[in-house]
Amino acid sequence: MDTESAYSGYSYYSGRSRGSHRHGERSRDRHKSRSKESSRSEKSVTINAPPAEPLLGDQSVRGEEVQDDNWGETTTAVTGTSEHSLSQEDIVRISKDLDDSVGLDCKRYLNVALSVILGLVVFLTPLAFLILPHLLWPDRLRACGTACEGLFISVAFKLLILLLAVWALFFRPPRAGLPRIFVFRALLATLVLLFVLSYWLFYGVRILDSQDEDYQGIVQYAVSLVDALLFIHYLAIVLLELRQLQPFFSLCVTRSTDGATQHYNLGQLSIQRAAVVILENYYKDFPVHNPALLTASKSRAAKHLAGLKVYNVDGPGENNAAAGIAQSQSRAMIAAAARRRDSSHNELYYEEAEHERRVRKRRARLVVAVEEQKKAPGDVMDPREAAQAIFPSMARALQKYLRTTRQQHLHSMESIQQHLAFSITNNMTPKAFLESYLTTGPTLQYGKDRWLARQWTLISEASVTSGLKDGTVFLLKCIDFSLVVTTKKIPYIQLAEEFIDPKSHKFMLRLQSETSV
Amino acid sequence: MSFIPGHPVTAVVQRIEIHKLRDGDNLILGFSIGGGIDQDPSQNPFSEDKTDKGIYVTRVSKGGPAEVAGLRMGDKIMQVNGWDMTMVTHDQARKKLTKKNEDVVRLLVTRKSLENAVRQSMMQH
Repeated sequence: MDTESAYSGYSYYSGRSRGSHRHGERSRDRHKSRSKESSRSEKSVTINAPPAEPLLGDQSVRGEEVQDDNWGETTTAVTGTSEHSLSQEDIVRISKDLDDSVGLDCKRYLNVALSVILGLVVFLTPLAFLILPHLLWPDRLRACGTACEGLFISVAFKLLILLLAVWALFFRPPRAGLPRIFVFRALLATLVLLFVLSYWLFYGVRILDSQDEDYQGIVQYAVSLVDALLFIHYLAIVLLELRQLQPFFSLCVTRSTDGATQHYNLGQLSIQRAAVVILENYYKDFPVHNPALLTASKSRAAKHLAGLKVYNVDGPGENNAAAGIAQSQSRAMIAAAARRRDSSHNELYYEEAEHERRVRKRRARLVVAVEEQKKAPGDVMDPREAAQAIFPSMARALQKYLRTTRQQHLHSMESIQQHLAFSITNNMTPKAFLESYLTTGPTLQYGKDRWLARQWTLISEASVTSGLKDGTVFLLKCIDFSLVVTTKKIPYIQLAEEFIDPKSHKFMLRLQSETSV
Repeated sequence: MSFIPGHPVTAVVQRIEIHKLRDGDNLILGFSIGGGIDQDPSQNPFSEDKTDKGIYVTRVSKGGPAEVAGLRMGDKIMQVNGWDMTMVTHDQARKKLTKKNEDVVRLLVTRKSLENAVRQSMMQH
């Protein structure tokens, strides 16, 4: 690509260049094999992170790519003329391969399988504690009294509650696929595992080996296990759900191509989870990315810079005379260019005014055309037929308007007719029908092919599982543009109190009246 | 006539006896009062001390019983029929003056000129 410039310090280019050599499905799979707990669905957002640390994934996958890793990590600057440059078709081909790849599902199934196994083990442990004495030494067991049987009921209900709670918290369809493990979930899974193992250890040593006859004690032991599991579930709720609710950081998200900016308040999240939240909000808040609007400004900038290339060929430590001459020459050129720049301001102003006028003229014609049309059909028709009847008369005005505002690639004929049928069905006025064409909406409003939901890359200097901090900056890169995210901490507010004595609020109304007697 | 809280007030006073005039159902005295402890003393044009909340005569109607009896505008009323007028509200003062069963009110009033006169006469001696 000729418009690429040299970047150094970011290793993402290494990921991208690596992609050019991997035309198979394994290209991005490597990045995801490290993620243990996150799972993916067909509609999820994929975030790919370049490996910034030694990988934790299984060695078998990595064996074939060890050489490529080293090569990637030592590449610093990639210019547009190197052999690693990608063309647009390459990228599209890679992304299509990603969509069809089978290897990615394996990770998801692994996660689901692990969680189900863990859940079964945890759920069956108390039951096993209760049943094993009856199986192994039933004759020596002391009979279970009333209190003990009461405990059975409590175990049953607590297990039921635990089951429902775990289902509610953990078995939800995932929103996104994350590049690294979800740290809190992994921690909780480890905690639960250790906990259950320690209980089993105790049980095995003190109860199974010694064949304890006190059944009530065993039942109480099982009840204590279930209680502790419920408390761990409470901990899970606090860590996974409650902790990030209170807003702590304000994130400023800017789109690199046209500067559209939004601000979001987030709690204490890791960078990858914050990225997911931002992307979900991106689809609903940011106006759709329209590359056609950028070409105008680019052409103007190109024209303006055409005659102005100042190279400082001499290094900083050179001969003063030579440097002085070069500097004075460049200064002269810059001055000439500055004078030229004055006229380009004028150009910009008039161009924009002209464009504005044109857009308004077309918009007026369009609104009039549609309003005239909507009054027409008298006979009863199916909405689709009505739409097809109305459409041709206003199609031209609509097309011209879309072309003037450079939106014509966002709306196909089919979609316009569908929208027309929809607005006829719902008794919308012409203005309501036109609303989606007159203003650019968020990306979700347009067809799925515009979403590009599987092609986001998270670029960050800090590790993506580390938490957000004040001043964290990361990039979310899509094919055409990137979102620059900066973090700022919400300030700590110190409130002072001022007490106003209610008595001081009493006012005396002083009159001066005169009475005649 | 300065007032020090907690100390008795001393003033040179003049006794004035006003016979009320019957006008239909009303008994009128023929003057207007202003002031009182619930009023704003700073607006009183007749008082020397602008924190004085006493009852002052603001107007004397011409030819009325008050003028006949010798009441002048700017007089401070100290007592009405024995009732104290230095620490009363405006309405209390009005009530004490307009009692329907009294035909005569005996006032003790003071004014600056009285003091001057007394001082002068004392200085002569």
